[in-house]
Amino acid sequence: MAAPLTLLLIVAVTIRAVLYRSSLAELIAERVEVVSPITAWKRVIEGLALLDLGVSPYSGDVFHETPLIIYLFHFLVDYAEITFMLADVITAVALYFAVRDYNKKVFRKQKFALEADRYPHDCLELIRRPKEMFYIPLKVAMFYLLNPFTILSCVAKSTCGLNNAVISLFILTTIKGNVLLSAVFLCLATYQSIYPLTLCAPAMLYLMQHQFIPVNFRRVSFWWFVTQYLFMFLGSLLVLTCLSFFLLGSWDYMSSVYGFILSVPDLTPNIGLFWYFFAEMFEHFRLFFLCVFQINVFFYTIPLSIKLKEHPVFLMFMQLAVISIFKSYPTVGDTALYLAFLPVWGHLHRFLRNIFLVSCVLLACSALFPVLWHLWIYAGSANSNFYYAITLLFNVAQILLVSDYFYAFLRREHHLTSGLYLKKKDGSEATLVLK
Amino acid sequence: MGLLSDPNRRRALISMLTRLNAPICMLCYCAGVCWFMGLAFEPFTLRTYMSENAMGSTMVEERFPAGERALATAREFAAHKKKVGGMPVDWLVKTMQARGLEVFTQSFSRVLPFPDENKERYIVKGTNVYGILRAPRAPRTEALVLSAPCSPGDNNNQAVGLLLGLAHYFRNQIYWAKDIIFLVNEHDLIGMQAWLEGYHHTNTTGMKWTPLQGRGGSIQAALSLELSSDVITSLDIVLEGLNGQLPNLDLANLFYAFCQKIGVLCTIQGRLQRNDWDSVSGYSHAVQTMMLMVMKQASGRPWGDHGLFLRYHIEAATISGINSFRQYKTDLTTTGRLVEGMYRKLNNLLERLHQSYFFYLMPSLTHFVSIGYYMPAFGLLAVILLLRALDLWVQLVAPPARTEDGIAEIEQSSPGVRSVLTPLIISHLTGAALYLMPVHFQEMAVEHFPVSETEAVVLTAIAVYTAGLALPHNTHRLVSGEGTEQGWRVLKLVAVLYLAVLLGCTALINFSLGFILALTMVPVAAFVTPDVPKVLSAIVFVILSPACTLLFSVFLFQELQDMPVSLQDGWMLYISVISQGILDHYLFGSLVYPLIALMVYPCWLLFWNILFWK
Repeated sequence: MAAPLTLLLIVAVTIRAVLYRSSLAELIAERVEVVSPITAWKRVIEGLALLDLGVSPYSGDVFHETPLIIYLFHFLVDYAEITFMLADVITAVALYFAVRDYNKKVFRKQKFALEADRYPHDCLELIRRPKEMFYIPLKVAMFYLLNPFTILSCVAKSTCGLNNAVISLFILTTIKGNVLLSAVFLCLATYQSIYPLTLCAPAMLYLMQHQFIPVNFRRVSFWWFVTQYLFMFLGSLLVLTCLSFFLLGSWDYMSSVYGFILSVPDLTPNIGLFWYFFAEMFEHFRLFFLCVFQINVFFYTIPLSIKLKEHPVFLMFMQLAVISIFKSYPTVGDTALYLAFLPVWGHLHRFLRNIFLVSCVLLACSALFPVLWHLWIYAGSANSNFYYAITLLFNVAQILLVSDYFYAFLRREHHLTSGLYLKKKDGSEATLVLK
Repeated sequence: MGLLSDPNRRRALISMLTRLNAPICMLCYCAGVCWFMGLAFEPFTLRTYMSENAMGSTMVEERFPAGERALATAREFAAHKKKVGGMPVDWLVKTMQARGLEVFTQSFSRVLPFPDENKERYIVKGTNVYGILRAPRAPRTEALVLSAPCSPGDNNNQAVGLLLGLAHYFRNQIYWAKDIIFLVNEHDLIGMQAWLEGYHHTNTTGMKWTPLQGRGGSIQAALSLELSSDVITSLDIVLEGLNGQLPNLDLANLFYAFCQKIGVLCTIQGRLQRNDWDSVSGYSHAVQTMMLMVMKQASGRPWGDHGLFLRYHIEAATISGINSFRQYKTDLTTTGRLVEGMYRKLNNLLERLHQSYFFYLMPSLTHFVSIGYYMPAFGLLAVILLLRALDLWVQLVAPPARTEDGIAEIEQSSPGVRSVLTPLIISHLTGAALYLMPVHFQEMAVEHFPVSETEAVVLTAIAVYTAGLALPHNTHRLVSGEGTEQGWRVLKLVAVLYLAVLLGCTALINFSLGFILALTMVPVAAFVTPDVPKVLSAIVFVILSPACTLLFSVFLFQELQDMPVSLQDGWMLYISVISQGILDHYLFGSLVYPLIALMVYPCWLLFWNILFWK
């Protein structure tokens, strides 16, 4: 399997290298769908310039990335293109190995269940085969690397690519069962953009499953593990924040990075839901709705963790999707990360209901973003409502997509326990309805 | 959300949509065409009204007295023009300075990609002269433009005369709150392009021009004058700009309001308006006027010197005087008063024109159809594509549910990907060839064939286009395996969705173009399968291809303008239209040619591929 992966990496890097050299790169780097005020490369350059002049990079309200990123590029600014391509490659390879390990585990679990004769007999067609599972890791890497969203994001040198790399490393280490590294990478991801904090839950669930610790609030081993993990997580977070403080010699970055993410002062249009809403709102409601919108991102962790506590990797996928839909400055790079997981759930296809509709809408929206932007900003004939309508549609489609996968996953689990062909009491064929 | 979650209702809906797919599609197509034709029916349209408060209720008086003097200036200009054999720059500078303007010149040069045979030019060199009247009443942050082209021959002398006369008169008034820029541009749109690029510090087309030495505030609105006779019978307003962009409807309203006030006949598309909407001839008159607008908009060319202003977010229109055989004539004083009145109202603007519509079609000058009314016509056509896509999807998804083992399923799907990718890539490469070859290979073509450069470009384009039709056979040689039943369905699904998105985006930017393309391409896309009789459907295919659509449009346009052409002339016109389209792209950045070459044509080739699927 190394050869196809290498080939894929070469193709992906070639595409990016060609695009970097073309005139499109400048155009792409300006697109609001691809770069947000946090991840824009232009702003990183500005921050670097300020840093070189001995001024705090956060003065002037342009730069909003974390201190570590600016110090990273302090050394790597001449190799930025290579860095971003490398980040994409790391993400893809990490996802590849993570998914391979995960699939192995799923298969082993299925084998045990089959041997124990735990599945109903009419469910044999739901059983996953090694042949179809063999290509899934490669497909995941392909979905990430050849996704136009990822390519755009990489060509625009959006720092979102680096965040994705950190998150995928976190996923890899979690699936490998390495508690310390998992906590460290999660902390790095959180440090970068706060929201990955919610991935804490699936990570702990997975690691506990890995170490055969039952998820039970009354057990000491459970609490002991949670304390351990949180200790490692918070400890490395402390180290990171202090490191940032010592690098810059001030706490400026706190308000400028995290305050910026949480209080959403920059209402430049993007593919998220915040900008239009907060641009239209009266000032004295702002704080309230800000809390509502931000809590919205974190809130789903609780019900989802309860429902999916047996399936932490699926939970992770759900969380990534929720973050990328509801975060304050989403870009297409965030979307690309969770879209890469879709091949992993390829076996759910027979239970998906709206996949055709949703993929049509996502496709149409992706094409309409630049068109409506052109009409609004350049031609002046449309206005922000047109653009927001498409944003809204794009997000509704994403939500439908994710909830469709959620439904399909739960339905498959249900069939695996209670048989594929459900009968009503009177013997006629029953259908499952989600209400 | 009931439909999305209740499986029974979904199943019922989907089975109905797939069972009745063909009838529903036919119905949608007819409904779309009928809806479009109905748009011109007066009770279905809205009456125009002035939305902008600053221009509505404020009273202005027009007192421009000096029509005769303007005519004298026009004659003097004509004499100097003849003497110099081009634009009399020195005379214009002197005259404008004498009228108290700050005068500047800008010289520009441009080598066309190939000779323009319509206007007989290849290497263009020229000078723009403009004078700025500084606003006495306000901080000079905004400006209005009045322009007149310096055309070859005896055309448009009166426009320049009137422009200078108005400049003289405006100079003595104290109420101007915006700078007024009087611009005389040479080589019509090329000069205008140079001036606008210079004014806004952009260079989008690689033209050479000297930077502007003086500029006013940000331009709010612009009018371009075209007058070629001392007296006129009616005034015509031209709205269609680059890429089908239209100015705010309030500009047309303003023009109409002043024509009414001053008592001048006014036309749009050169057609007077009629009151007998309930008669057949009245309705067909409205339809023809609207169709003319649709065809002009779809062409994506600027139809007057104003067309390039729109790109910079400046509302602009061209007003041209028409002298026909009517009894009642209007002199230059009255025309001057009309322009004065319009500028005084524009002078009152507090913000850019934005209150009224930007997306509209006009069956007459007093009635318009807004986006909300005309979009359903397109939507009905686009929904056919979605219905077909749904039908194909259901067909594609159904078999795997029945197969017993997963092995067959995988084997079926893998040629699917390859059979989609190969035609997709090949047809796009053909499209790229269609885009690049005509202009880059003209020298080679001229060497080998006895044709002029312009003909070489057009004929190369037609040759590449025709060569693309031979593709399906070659594609199949590349894809070693035979096309499967599944394969063409997947390809068609992709092609149909591609076309739907493509046409949707086009219709948003330029409704007319999107609608005309949809009208011809949707039937082809909806009903193509490899099983239909080959020869007959191939003929239908070619007739409904984008190139033939253009050919029909040329004939229809001539017919609508009451200038029917013979087949021979029509063909010559067709060639010149293609060359003009390519020139528009290279000179002004019109998007129609690249859109057709890089997207629409490859998409059409995909359907052609399906027809010859083996």
